[in-house]
Amino acid sequence: MRLLDFLKGERKKSASVAKERLQIIVAHQRGQRGQPDYMPMLEQELLEVIRRYVQVDQDAISISLDSDNDCSVLELNVTLPNRD
Amino acid sequence: MAKIIVVTSGKGGVGKTTSAAAIATGLALRGNKTVVIDFDVGLRNLDLIMGCERRVVYDLVNVIQGEAGLNQALIRDKRTENLHILPASQTRDKDALTLEGVEKVLNDLAEDFDYIICDSPAGIERGAQLAMYFADEAVVVTNPEVSSVRDSDRILGLLSSKSRRAEQNREPVKEHLLITRYNANRVDDGDMLNLEDIREILAIELIGLIPESEAVLRASNQGVPVVHDDNSDAGQAYLDTVARLMGEEVPLRFHAAQKRSLISRMFGGGGRR
Repeated sequence: MRLLDFLKGERKKSASVAKERLQIIVAHQRGQRGQPDYMPMLEQELLEVIRRYVQVDQDAISISLDSDNDCSVLELNVTLPNRD
Repeated sequence: MAKIIVVTSGKGGVGKTTSAAAIATGLALRGNKTVVIDFDVGLRNLDLIMGCERRVVYDLVNVIQGEAGLNQALIRDKRTENLHILPASQTRDKDALTLEGVEKVLNDLAEDFDYIICDSPAGIERGAQLAMYFADEAVVVTNPEVSSVRDSDRILGLLSSKSRRAEQNREPVKEHLLITRYNANRVDDGDMLNLEDIREILAIELIGLIPESEAVLRASNQGVPVVHDDNSDAGQAYLDTVARLMGEEVPLRFHAAQKRSLISRMFGGGGRR
């Protein structure tokens, strides 16, 4: 196999693919760091409520909690489907 | 004042117990009074790696539940002076460990020892959280592989939020990256994440780099921590790591690919001995 790769010439090195994938997933994980433990549950239940009225995809909702000194903002983003 | 160091990783099979055994032994060889504790209740293995599996009488859970004294449960290492092992229980359920119980054991040990090494179980459940909760420093064992790196990042998140230092708003747990099973030749070929990439992704300081080595399996087969094999690359790399933990500056070794013939480059292979 190695010999074959060698003869075929350059290919995308697998380690650089690994690095790119990790940078994305780790950035995502860090975004969730320090958020309260109830957030995934809250996100799930909010999604269920919204889906009672509008058909949206599972990943059409994003939720984040930002805290300043003395106030916290819960930000909820829902992408609604196009109206046809 | 004893220093409590947790050896953790999230993912299983990356070399936590091997590293905990090697680091504890290395610290003791350098003259530090050291105890290494197995937190993997139900799946203990540190005793096997340390070669004292037939001398286990009492364990951590016995001590916590008051069925044995600390001195009855501590096993004195036969090869290395200043080194003791506190094994995990093999039979009982994981709820046997309590925060208060662990705290008391650590406080008692802190009176007699310079270093307390906590060998964490895999995962992010109770056992792993208890192993890291009281830590002053953490050695995060990571393989150059995607799932291990991702899990290490998860563990770093827990260290910064669920440790005693975090909860008491004290100076945070000092985090060290220990890369194990590193194959410089595969890195050279572009098929393995290199140490700079891992350090960049996890954004913590590197304490050691352990090459993939045949000496590690040989050591565990025999129940002799790999630092005793001081001719081996892995043994030397762990001794370097120990020196850095003690605050010494030691240049990094074993990160460069070995020179190989054209034939072996084409056909792969080339592990270290």
